[in-house]
Amino acid sequence: MTPPILEMKNITKEFPGVKALNNVSFSVQKDEIHCLVGENGAGKSTLMKVLSGVYPYGDYSGDIVFEGEVQKFRGIHDSEKAGIAIIYQELALVPEMTVYENIFLGHEIRRGALVNWNETLKRAAEMLKKVKLDINPTVKVKDLGVGKQQLVEIAKALSRDVKLLILDEPTAALNENESENLLSLIRDLKKQGVTCILISHKLKEVISIADKVTVLRDGQTICTLDADLGQVSETVLIKNMVGREIDNIYPKREHVVGEEVVLEVRNWNAYSPIVERDILKDIHFNIKKGEIIAFAGLMGSGRTELAKSLFGNPDGFRIQGEIYLKGKKVAFSSPHDAIEAGLAYVTEDRKGNGLILIQDVKQNITLANLQEIARRSIVNSNVEVNVANDYRVSLNIKTPSVEQRVSNLSGGNQQKVSLGKWLFVKPDILILDEPTRGIDVGAKFEIYTIMNRLVEQGMSIIMISSELPEVLGMSDRIYIVSSGRITGELPIGEATQEKIMSLATN
Amino acid sequence: MGLFKNASTVLRANIREYGMYIALFVIMAIFTILTDGVFMSSRNISNLLNQTGYIAVLAVGMTLVIVIRHIDLSVGFLAGFLGAIAAIAMVFWKLPVIVVIPLVLALGVVAGLITALPVAKMGIPSFVASLAGWLIYRGAILLVTESTGTIVVPNQTFNDIGNGFIPDLPVAMRIPGLHTLTLIVGLLAIIFYIVNEIRSRRTKQAYNFEVLSMDMFILKLVIISALVGYLTWVLAGYQGLSWTLVIVLVVVAVYHFITTQTVLGRHIYAVGGNPEAAELSGISVPRIILITFGSMGFLSALSGILFTARLQSATMTAGSLFELDAIAAAYVGGVSAAGGVGKVVGSLLGAVVMLSLTSGMNLMNIGIAYQYVVRGLVLALAVIFDVATRRKSK
Ligand SMILES: Nc1ncnc2c1ncn2[C@@H]1O[C@H](COP(=O)(O)OP(=O)(O)OP(=O)(O)O)[C@@H](O)[C@H]1O
Ligand SMILES: [Mg+2]
Repeated sequence: MTPPILEMKNITKEFPGVKALNNVSFSVQKDEIHCLVGENGAGKSTLMKVLSGVYPYGDYSGDIVFEGEVQKFRGIHDSEKAGIAIIYQELALVPEMTVYENIFLGHEIRRGALVNWNETLKRAAEMLKKVKLDINPTVKVKDLGVGKQQLVEIAKALSRDVKLLILDEPTAALNENESENLLSLIRDLKKQGVTCILISHKLKEVISIADKVTVLRDGQTICTLDADLGQVSETVLIKNMVGREIDNIYPKREHVVGEEVVLEVRNWNAYSPIVERDILKDIHFNIKKGEIIAFAGLMGSGRTELAKSLFGNPDGFRIQGEIYLKGKKVAFSSPHDAIEAGLAYVTEDRKGNGLILIQDVKQNITLANLQEIARRSIVNSNVEVNVANDYRVSLNIKTPSVEQRVSNLSGGNQQKVSLGKWLFVKPDILILDEPTRGIDVGAKFEIYTIMNRLVEQGMSIIMISSELPEVLGMSDRIYIVSSGRITGELPIGEATQEKIMSLATN
Repeated sequence: MGLFKNASTVLRANIREYGMYIALFVIMAIFTILTDGVFMSSRNISNLLNQTGYIAVLAVGMTLVIVIRHIDLSVGFLAGFLGAIAAIAMVFWKLPVIVVIPLVLALGVVAGLITALPVAKMGIPSFVASLAGWLIYRGAILLVTESTGTIVVPNQTFNDIGNGFIPDLPVAMRIPGLHTLTLIVGLLAIIFYIVNEIRSRRTKQAYNFEVLSMDMFILKLVIISALVGYLTWVLAGYQGLSWTLVIVLVVVAVYHFITTQTVLGRHIYAVGGNPEAAELSGISVPRIILITFGSMGFLSALSGILFTARLQSATMTAGSLFELDAIAAAYVGGVSAAGGVGKVVGSLLGAVVMLSLTSGMNLMNIGIAYQYVVRGLVLALAVIFDVATRRKSK
């Protein structure tokens, strides 16, 4: 057997109060696609940050052996030189710059002291061909969708002669087509001699692409499974990840929908002065007490815009249309009004506009409902800690304490904090925008269970989701959105993946 | 020794928080040695704190402005302009002090709101909006003082704000050589502090939260009480508490309370931490901008009053560079330009640090040119220290 291209031996990394990695060993053969899976907070991202030098040599204990040599990376720069490239879930492109400028950012092609733009442009076009991205390299990155931006990131990595490519949840924000594209690109790269480590919570895609899978749990390596030996299956993965079996990740519930229509939206139109076009056209929908409705559709179909336009319109769209709450016509001029009226909106982009990363868990959880823990406008910080602890326990948020800064939590646990924040508002209508993006199976199950509990208590939930199994598994009724219009409504009994997809793409 | 070891762990864990105090202590100690003790004399400390007054109140307001990711460059000349208005109101319009002060403070709030309006409603960068204010108020000072030149304020009550001291007890009840009322105020402050700390520790324990260990807790109480006690004693050795210091302490106490304990304070820090998330959480970002700049205007007016009273006159150049001193004090005190981080008490200390440097170097007859260089270096060091320790705690 050939020696592995990468071997990480007995890696231990501690943060104050948390042992994120505990004696982890991880080894990758040349030219394989190696998936890394595990629950939120298992230590996947941390392991990759150790590997890529974000946590420099000396910050961790253990050895990194890459291409037969012990490496002592002092920063990302060193690991890049060695041929390791990492692509984070949060893209690191400069939106205001063009694609070709971005691809060679940091290692510009020079002629003397000047940048050789002609050569840059030519090479950029080659790189784009390699990643099968058919765009003009002179467009600005901000004008591309996330899927294409992701490919630009990969082109950027390839332009540096990468030998080992690390992708941390690359498909979390992509739709099915884009994901499929990306996966087939990874397979191509493998043929060209690029080894790849992929972190993902989407087990289906792991099963379809992995040569090997390593499972982490609580900062420890549980096992490495070999696909060629037929060891990789969904049940085996789940069992190793969460340590127990989950046979149906969509927990059963009695669909007892109430009679009362709690929210009805009629003739809803929105125009965005920023992109200068209509983004929502003639939307009608309603939701009953105790009901879960889903807005299905492709990314970019206008579902987030719909949610925000209803939720007090913070983006300043020009809106026409009516909202009826329990039969009474209402208008919200700000999110504050919407919250007062009993709405809550868990955003899809938790880092961008969901959480305040520099503040701690408790401050984030109480932010939208400070009045509840204040008397005469003075916040009772002791009660606050108790409230936060309640949600930490009930949502199973993994954190050493509620005084931990949210930026230090793993992605999935940040999502739970975001959910906790809006549950504390105690809304009648909860809007969940991609509620399980980046969340592990175990936590998904927990969130679905919580959703079921909430509707049983009479809450109504609007779920925006691009994952069809989730839509089919959780909702009572489905609205399909495409290009800012509702193109169909299906009761759960009549809904199938095919029907939804065809309505979503028409 | 166990106690010492405990203390040093607590200290190391909170180096960022206590760094300011240590820096101040070191600076004071150095000057005290270099000036043979003159620096720590009652008279010098009293003067130093009085001089800090008009910058300290600006620094407090500026802290909040920077916390919400904005800046206000207009505060210096606004203070100068409003100081001139106060002088004119007393000298030419013959208005009584009791009317002039609220009037000027109200004008300050209005001025702050005017700066904030285009920022809050239209998204104009505050740097630009307040730079416009800087020019306008600079012009306005010249306009109102053009015909008269320096306006001398003859009103004793008004001037006492900048130069006077709180009265003492009747002679019969005094301790000879010491300002007795000041001592009593200091003592009350210490008692208030201790009672408060014990109460808060008890509540925390009732909630089963972690608290400092008993010996650490007592150590903390002793150190802080000793510091307050010493300062009181030093001040009592001269003429006691000045009105300026009283005003500054009240302002800092009120702002400290608002920022740490109230819903409004939380909202301000949330807007600074992530304005979009704050907006979606039901907080009106424009409203917070208006409130913060309104408070900045109010404090600019107060600064103008303190400065005019201190000089006993309004001059054509009043307010020059105040804004930069205030910004420097805030940064030395630990605010972050990235938003959402910074404490008003830190900024007060920052102002005291900067003024100590000036005062100490003056006593040593160091030229003004070197003074600028030294203050610049200290500003740079303070911010580097802050960023470095912050990175570590991440
Ligand atoms: N900078 C940090 N400071 C303190 N704790 C941290 C820091 N970064 C990560 N952690 C902790 O280390 C653990 C592992 O986090 P990591 O981000 O590696 O998880 P993950 O497996 O990538 O999870 P997810 O699937 O949710 O992204 C978590 O408990 C997290 O809270
Ligand atoms: Mg992660």
